[in-house]
Amino acid sequence: MRRAHFKFSWIAAALLAPQLLIVFVFFYWPSAQALYWAFTLEQPWGGGNTWVGFDNFRKVLSDPYYWSSVRVSVIYALATTVLAIGMALTLAIFVDRQLAGYRAYRVAVIWPYAVAAPAVGLAFQFVFNPGAGIFSYINAVAPGWWDLSQNPWQAIAAIVVAGAWKQVAYSFVFFLAALQSIPRSLTEAAAMDGARPLRRMIDLQLPLLTPTFFFLLVINITDSFTDSFGIVDTLTGGGPFRATDLLVYKIYADGFRGFDYSGAAAQSIILMLLVMALTFVQFRYIERRVHYT
Amino acid sequence: MIERTPLLNIATHLILLCGLVLILTPIWLAFVAATHTLQAVNSAPVELWPGDQLWPNLREAWAQSDFGPKFVNTLIVAIGVVAGKVTLACITAFSLVFFRFRFRMLIFWMIFITLMLPLEVRIVPTYAVAANALSPFQTILDVTGISRLIQAVSGIEVSLEWNLLNSYAGLILPLVATATGTFLYRQFFLTIPDELVEAARMDGAGPLRFLWDVLIPLSKTNIAALATIMFVYAWNQYLWPLLVVTDRAAYGMVVVQLSDLVPDQMTTGGGTPTWHLAMAATLVVMLPPIAIVILMQRWFVRGLINTDK
Amino acid sequence: MAEISIRKVSKTFGKTTVLGGVDLDIFNGEFVVILGPSGCGKSTLLRLIAGLEEISAGEIAIAGVVVNALEPRERGCAMVFQNYALYPHMTVAQNIGYALKVAGVARAERQARVEATAKSVGLTEYLDRKPGQLSGGQRQRVAMARAIIREPRVFLFDEPLSNLDAKLRVQMRHEIRRIHNRIGATSVFVTHDQHEGMTLADRLVVMNKGSIEQVGTPAEVHDRPASVYVAGFIGSPAMNFLPGQISLVRRGVLLENGTLIPLAQMPVLEDGHLVQLGIRPEHARLTPRGRGVIEAQVDMIEDLGAQRLCNLMFEDMPFCVLIEARPPLPAGTPVGLDIPAEHIHLFDAASERRIEIALPLPVAAPAEALTG
Repeated sequence: MRRAHFKFSWIAAALLAPQLLIVFVFFYWPSAQALYWAFTLEQPWGGGNTWVGFDNFRKVLSDPYYWSSVRVSVIYALATTVLAIGMALTLAIFVDRQLAGYRAYRVAVIWPYAVAAPAVGLAFQFVFNPGAGIFSYINAVAPGWWDLSQNPWQAIAAIVVAGAWKQVAYSFVFFLAALQSIPRSLTEAAAMDGARPLRRMIDLQLPLLTPTFFFLLVINITDSFTDSFGIVDTLTGGGPFRATDLLVYKIYADGFRGFDYSGAAAQSIILMLLVMALTFVQFRYIERRVHYT
Repeated sequence: MIERTPLLNIATHLILLCGLVLILTPIWLAFVAATHTLQAVNSAPVELWPGDQLWPNLREAWAQSDFGPKFVNTLIVAIGVVAGKVTLACITAFSLVFFRFRFRMLIFWMIFITLMLPLEVRIVPTYAVAANALSPFQTILDVTGISRLIQAVSGIEVSLEWNLLNSYAGLILPLVATATGTFLYRQFFLTIPDELVEAARMDGAGPLRFLWDVLIPLSKTNIAALATIMFVYAWNQYLWPLLVVTDRAAYGMVVVQLSDLVPDQMTTGGGTPTWHLAMAATLVVMLPPIAIVILMQRWFVRGLINTDK
Repeated sequence: MAEISIRKVSKTFGKTTVLGGVDLDIFNGEFVVILGPSGCGKSTLLRLIAGLEEISAGEIAIAGVVVNALEPRERGCAMVFQNYALYPHMTVAQNIGYALKVAGVARAERQARVEATAKSVGLTEYLDRKPGQLSGGQRQRVAMARAIIREPRVFLFDEPLSNLDAKLRVQMRHEIRRIHNRIGATSVFVTHDQHEGMTLADRLVVMNKGSIEQVGTPAEVHDRPASVYVAGFIGSPAMNFLPGQISLVRRGVLLENGTLIPLAQMPVLEDGHLVQLGIRPEHARLTPRGRGVIEAQVDMIEDLGAQRLCNLMFEDMPFCVLIEARPPLPAGTPVGLDIPAEHIHLFDAASERRIEIALPLPVAAPAEALTG
């Protein structure tokens, strides 16, 4: 940050204070609190917390349910990211050709961003419900073939599809913006060099989208950890048999249903570290998002 | 550019139409379900075309979920978050960019780091703070021994308490406590040419005058972009209001209401799932943010790209 | 190698007309510079030739073939863009060789040709760099090389020197002309800089508001500007204009204040015809007070180093004279002005077109070159 024009005064302090206060109370204190809880255990008969070191982490990490939650979270993160980015990239590249009606296509792809995660979950629960959803056709022929309340893999597939559906818009907006910031003269130069549209997509547009692609990769994975709660809660409720018990959902369930604050805090810390690591990677790419000269 | 690509154009339209179908189908099916009766919705196979029950279903869903006051609540929270965010982010970024002081970079990073951890990740301890927003200060006073000192001197027992559960403040404040907008404003303020600041100072404008007369008028597009994003963000909050509000009748938000509509064993008691009502309610809840995104598309896209969440 | 013929070409974007019925013939191997202020339609004309915009009406033919419906890649043109438009993710070698790669030229041949071309523009050491690591002049060379390697029939330049600093601009200007002389392809060069136009062109095309004002060699355009616009645009400092009317009796131009400026020969016009009299600053002469044709006052004198630019006021109109001497003339000094009849340009006041006076001057070009 280079510029600074006014001398520090009570005005600056007064302008900074509210944000700092709010960040301290609702961000730093809770984060510190999570650390405290993660390393302590509440006494069953009151009398405060006792220091237990890494016990909580050990307990969490030796819990098979936790590892299955990690596994399904990774599957969910990768699958939604691949689906959403792939779909967004394809649509953006073809919308960017700006044929007749491209504005309509653009709006149609963007608006799902505005749909709340639980609404997505609920809508997809209807779409995927075995009795009256889209698979009811198959179930009519082969009863019980599709039932995401019984079949774990079908439940995972359902949250993946719902999650990807919700993520497409975000990536699409970024891809389209990146495509539209490619200077027109570059496309024209390629056309004069003899490259036709498909060739230009491969030789020009895709390489120039690489920074955006990496940025979105990280953002999508991060979002899949944090944004999935609403979808899971209304679509599968973590079931069946904990098959869709994603990390955030498990923290919520352990902390607020199981009242295991220390366990939930330890899980939170692990998730925080993971998200911070990903965000750090993302910051390294943020500056390089556009590299036209 | 002169380019004859009839085949590619057809392929383009086909691909885009396929994408459109994939994106629209789920919501179309939800919409269709909201237009049929209980029996029609639950008879396999799935209905593909709308029926005539939309209005009655909407009315019943509205009454059943008591959406009236909840819409008011959601609107209050969304507007509160937007107003808080727009104001706080602006003044914070302003003092960080335009004032010279020793711990500028430290404070910048302290605020910036909050971008890293979304509310969902630190949900458990944040909830504990919401139960008493003054607990951090109480703890600090206790640990440092100041509270004991005060009690010894004045005889007053220090007990700070501000319960945010079941309150608008509790719904709004934690959602405002991130750097999203601060970063957006900062990036914009850094593009303001030095000459403009110098010219304003030559004209005798102090910092606040400069902020009000120059920066805020110039930031209008940024404000619109940020407001659009934050409105959608606040409206769609789910996990936080689910925890903070136990008194749904007084402080419930519409999106949270969806969790009660999941037609499972708990809500139907083994009866026929009321998909038609659930979907009607879903439509009602989705509509305002969708309208905002479509109507304010330009600002929305701008905000999305520049805020870095 | 190809000639370009442009017939009644217009271009409209929605309701705005950018080009209104332009006619122009560009000969084989010629270096033509299209000159005009921004927004005059010169770049649009170039882009129509390249096929980057669609022609609204009229016809463009390259080497006798109407290209209206041809795609850019089918026209045999290469273009150097104003911002160079280098592919940022490719190395210099890849940038230069991209057209060959698209055309399916074998790798070995491609490499040989890239190296040869790079050598010809002095880029051999930079082949492995990315455009972002190059200076402005080097990028310019890459853009040139990328155009040269395709051995195009027509070179199109869209203000390629406008992003360079003054010194480099002169250097690249020479280089472009040298390359043209070596390769001999037809070149069309668009610029708003009259120095570039004058120095580079075999023929100049001066454009204004979507139509062509004058076509001719740099000397013709300078010495016999076809309109008030061209006269004012070409030459620096700009030509002086004095409004007046023809006086057949007194054999000259009668200015509004009654001053008469004698002409060497009278044009074929009726008495009282309204005209603009034009005289270049380097052709008017300062005289002591009362000894000139008209009387003026010194406003200020600017020293250009080799010469002095005297800014005078004549009846509230500014008037410039370029002189060699350094006369001590404070502001407000009354001076006389001599307007040599052989250097006078006459323009019709209504149409602003040139009025020919049979001048006793050595004029090279025949009159039919002055199309418009």
